[in-house]
Amino acid sequence: MASLLLLVPLLPALGALINGIRAFARPLEPKSKKTTNFFALASTLLSALIASYLVATSGAAWEHSYYTWIPAGVGHVSGGFLSDFTVSFAFRIDPLSSVMLMVVTWIGFLIHVYATGYMAHETGYTRFFAYLNLFMFMMLLLVLGANYVVMFVGWEGVGLCSYLLIGFYYDKNFAADAGKKAFVVNRIGDFGFILGIFLIFNTFGTADYARVFALAGAHPLQYAGAATAICLLLFVGACGKSAQIPLYVWLPDAMAGPTPVSALIHAATMVTAGVYMVVRSNVLFRLSPVAMMVVALVGAATAIFAATIGLAQNDIKKVLAYSTVSQLGYMFLGAGVGAFTAAIFHLMTHAFFKACLFLGAGSVIHGCGGEQDMRKMGGLRKYMPQTRWTMLVATLAIAGMPLFAGFYSKDEILAGAFAFHPGIWFLGAAGAGLTAFYMFRLYFMTFSGHYRGAEGVGIETSEPEHGGDDLIPSAVHLDQGDAHTDKGHGHHAHAHAPHESPLVMTGVLMILAILSIFGGWIGWPAAMGGGFPTPFQRWLEPVLLPLGGRQFHFHEASHAQELILMAASVGIAAVGIFLAFRFYKRDETWAVPKRLATRLRPLYALLTNKYFVDEIYDAAVVQPTLIFSRALAWFDVNIIDGLVNLTRHITVFAFGHGSSLFDRFVVDGAVNGLADAAAGSSRMFRKLQSGFVQNYALVMGAGIVLIAAVYLFLKP
Amino acid sequence: MPEVVPSTEAYLMLSGTLFAVGLIGVIIRRNMITVLMAIELMMNAVNINLVAFSHRFASLEGQVFTIFVITVAAGEAAVGLAIIIQLYRLKSSINVDEASELNG
Repeated sequence: MASLLLLVPLLPALGALINGIRAFARPLEPKSKKTTNFFALASTLLSALIASYLVATSGAAWEHSYYTWIPAGVGHVSGGFLSDFTVSFAFRIDPLSSVMLMVVTWIGFLIHVYATGYMAHETGYTRFFAYLNLFMFMMLLLVLGANYVVMFVGWEGVGLCSYLLIGFYYDKNFAADAGKKAFVVNRIGDFGFILGIFLIFNTFGTADYARVFALAGAHPLQYAGAATAICLLLFVGACGKSAQIPLYVWLPDAMAGPTPVSALIHAATMVTAGVYMVVRSNVLFRLSPVAMMVVALVGAATAIFAATIGLAQNDIKKVLAYSTVSQLGYMFLGAGVGAFTAAIFHLMTHAFFKACLFLGAGSVIHGCGGEQDMRKMGGLRKYMPQTRWTMLVATLAIAGMPLFAGFYSKDEILAGAFAFHPGIWFLGAAGAGLTAFYMFRLYFMTFSGHYRGAEGVGIETSEPEHGGDDLIPSAVHLDQGDAHTDKGHGHHAHAHAPHESPLVMTGVLMILAILSIFGGWIGWPAAMGGGFPTPFQRWLEPVLLPLGGRQFHFHEASHAQELILMAASVGIAAVGIFLAFRFYKRDETWAVPKRLATRLRPLYALLTNKYFVDEIYDAAVVQPTLIFSRALAWFDVNIIDGLVNLTRHITVFAFGHGSSLFDRFVVDGAVNGLADAAAGSSRMFRKLQSGFVQNYALVMGAGIVLIAAVYLFLKP
Repeated sequence: MPEVVPSTEAYLMLSGTLFAVGLIGVIIRRNMITVLMAIELMMNAVNINLVAFSHRFASLEGQVFTIFVITVAAGEAAVGLAIIIQLYRLKSSINVDEASELNG
């Protein structure tokens, strides 16, 4: 069991390793796509199958510690309590991680399959799948970890993979910049998360979920204060990873990555990690009404805020990106009002329909030769019927139409919001109306009317021919990097009529479309004749541990009230759909939205430029940082380097020249002096060697006489 | 008439004088033959010395040594004369000052 569970993350890791070695050992040679496919798909499929088997067979929650990862200060006592810090490398299977496990492995596998079709013409095919498998490994680590530290490893790992995959087209500046932005913004959140983990350890003396939640649940009053601080810090992390205000700015830019990446990482799985973390820590959050309130308000604000931006975007992937930010806001709204089950339920249904939408958008982009601007699409229902139908289903699901998956999860959240505060419900319902409008705007602009891309063939001028741009001065568009196209898909731009995508892509779309309908039925609400609690709620119940001896149950409104709320939110969404229909389907010249755009020009400019948040961040954070960095660089170049250079000069002059002089005059002087002395004395003494034998004899005789004289007369 | 036996000191005076004459001859004469003869003189002065002490101490060792010195002196004279002949062939002169190639 435990070793089988270990295989779940390790198989994708193995796939990543093999494809990684294949990709990086000889980067320039084309690799066999079949081999790449085999390792990438087999590892994820096997991992998904094992995960399913484990989820099906393991009854209650269980966890297994594979080894003690960090044994620090074992048995050390300080301040009266045992302050050993031991972290096990441990995995945990419980209802919550099971849901995540199923979503991650199966959606992951489907997107892998889709990507084999979508990426077929790309260079870096094997590298792409190596990254994708690595992401699966990290995400599974995040989901399966039985303590906050293992979760943090996965958390950082998926951030890294996100960075790598956003910057997949690393030779394009905008992609590299977007990757960098995502990484830096995520880092801010990660900082909050890790501080939260420190505080958890400081408060509870452990980072294991089971022990932390047991302690917090047993002594709710004692830990209430610490829980507020912990939860707010954890929520900073969640804001970064799950793109909530104020850290949402990276997610729309992350669309620079290939579309399957947007679907897998930036819609279905990674960005929901923050929601998973908040729900996982529900015991702590429930101790702190303040933190819950903050989560709910940030979620509601993000849901509305991102939805309004989505109204005025023309890039198909940007619309979906803002829609993702908005939907994640809904999940946090649900968690914040205490409807944790609903949040996870919406996380799951959102994974189905948002993956379907993103992959559908990918199919559209693929079919239109890399075009991402919806103003140059239109009429695609004739060319790509399968994509059209699946996208229609997913659009209905996200709009919250009854019988479609999004309806059940969204209404569960909204019911919870109403019980919490009617004002929050109103924000949520308004967001639902906006969502319905912009999603159907996307659908009608893409699939209805006539194909507008062909007109651009050969006369690709700088002037846009359609949409509000004729009416809005181009100066309003500060963000020039808006309509980026996937690199590999830009080659055959406009040359052909749009075509339907291959079966590997449409097949995946169909599976996801089916899930977008039936995936929500396991949460069939009691108000509509289902059981209470719903099967999904009953499944997740064990995770919502008893707090202070009281089983946590989200307090449901009465059935009649709930039905009225459903009708109201569906009504609001229907109005949104109707408006989109009137604006974009009935009148193909889009006269009404154009007139609105001219009349409400400041508002329109505000929306197209995303409330100038990027510009504000640029002015408030990026530029000051740059100025500060330049000041530091100046200080470094002029002061630090100056000091170093001064030292160098001193060394050169004092020691270099000084020792050179010493060497030349003293050392060389001594050597030369010795040589000169030898030469001079030789010159002197050579005179003695006259060559006249009699001279020698004379000297010798004189010497003998001298010695004899000394011997004779001076003898003592 | 009683036999007059000169004292050892007298022999030593004679040998010293002879040695001095020979030494001066070696130093001041420029003719190589003369220099060679002066060397013979010095050697004989030594011989007188040896014989004088042999007589004085009634020992034959000094006389034996003298025989050896005379023998060696003969060989030395032969070699010296050969050198002189060779030098003459080279320089056409037997002046000692001509042979100063070994100066420093």
